[in-house]
Amino acid sequence: MSRESTSKTVFVATALAVVCSVLVSTAAVGLRDMQQANKLLEKQKNILMAAGLYEPDINVTEAFKACKPKVVNLETGEYVPEDEVDPATYDQREAASNPELSVKIPEEKDLPRIGRRAKYALVYSVEKDGQLDQIILPIKGNGLWSTMYGFLALDKDGETVRGVTFYEHAETAGLGGEVSNPKWNAKWVGKKIYGSAHEVEFRVMKGEVVAGSKNEDSSVDGLSGATLTSNGVTNLMQYWLGEQGFGPYLEKIRKGGGNG
Amino acid sequence: MADPKPKDVLFDPILNKNPIALLVLGICSALAVTSKLDTAFVMSVCVIIVTGLSSASVSFIRNHIPNSIRIAVQITIIATMVILVDQILQALLFDISKQLSVFVSLIITNCIVMGRAEGFAMKNGPWLSFLDGVGNGVGYSAILICVAFVRELFGSGTLFGVEILKLKSNGGWYVHDGMLLLPASAFFLIGLLIFAIRSIRPAQIEED
Repeated sequence: MSRESTSKTVFVATALAVVCSVLVSTAAVGLRDMQQANKLLEKQKNILMAAGLYEPDINVTEAFKACKPKVVNLETGEYVPEDEVDPATYDQREAASNPELSVKIPEEKDLPRIGRRAKYALVYSVEKDGQLDQIILPIKGNGLWSTMYGFLALDKDGETVRGVTFYEHAETAGLGGEVSNPKWNAKWVGKKIYGSAHEVEFRVMKGEVVAGSKNEDSSVDGLSGATLTSNGVTNLMQYWLGEQGFGPYLEKIRKGGGNG
Repeated sequence: MADPKPKDVLFDPILNKNPIALLVLGICSALAVTSKLDTAFVMSVCVIIVTGLSSASVSFIRNHIPNSIRIAVQITIIATMVILVDQILQALLFDISKQLSVFVSLIITNCIVMGRAEGFAMKNGPWLSFLDGVGNGVGYSAILICVAFVRELFGSGTLFGVEILKLKSNGGWYVHDGMLLLPASAFFLIGLLIFAIRSIRPAQIEED
């Protein structure tokens, strides 16, 4: 079989493809458990960061025990009993693409352009001295290029931001990518979500928030050079904290529920 | 061409035939990962491993690679190595793999890797090719580390994340140079390095 013949070419190409694919798939399967453990740890770390409970060098798994997972029915705002949906195994991201576990968002209400949302959301509550202290809500929505996933921690009053993180996105590094910059996230702390009539007032401004302006309490500085990402964040906040999202649940929290 | 000596093959690419400084290859990733030393360091290790192993593997089967598909064969081998490295990073060094993000997979398109496979490994034995790959990886790394050293020290006042120059924003005296954190600054630094190397080794200056 000469080196340049067709059969040799086909043979070499096939053999190489087989060897390479075996190597790649062995690595992918063999390392999957470790990679998933890393992803889980990363997610827990972000939840702790949103809640302001994270410090470098803490044991994330241990600290995360303070965050109690709970499944919320978004439509009613009630907790779903644990024997119906187990919070430990519920995967909201998977549910969002499962037609049985999700609903289609009407187009005119789909501000974050995500198409469907899960019926149930996985939230985390943090207690202090036996009382509800803060709740951590998963949020997501489209920015300029990508779907941004994050966590928003709210005070027990159901409207004051305690912290926020965006842990997964593919916005432009250095511009929109700054959504995950801790310095920008820190500007959210203490902001109010709702206006006087319980409509979502929170906004990411274009430019900087003017001190003393009437929206000072409910807006954060925009990301410079990233108007579309900033708008995406505003939209996803409007959606997830409004009637379609956690609105009904937060109303119950405001009325002193949420301990159940 | 006389048979290359292993020592020359390994050490030549570091100063005499540096892939970035002389051949001006691999610039794209050199801009992207050099704002911090630790990412530059991990990137360097990845590139050394990939160039070394891919050159060795290409050389190992060089007598069986049909000429008509040789580029495809090389790129398949390189891609496989890069995916393996990427998977291992994700499993063992998750934080760093997140910072390097797409750049690890972009080692595939780093011209140095392919350049060595096509230019050297197709004509020489596996051991020499391995040394050549490692040498070129080290040459690339040397530049990367130099650039990252300057960018991190003067851009953020730290080295490997340890504070060296106390920043004004943290109550110190040093006002950081934000431009060094932008990728474009690496161009200036690489330019200065090429200038320095060609001043020491005038033979590298291209004639018009």
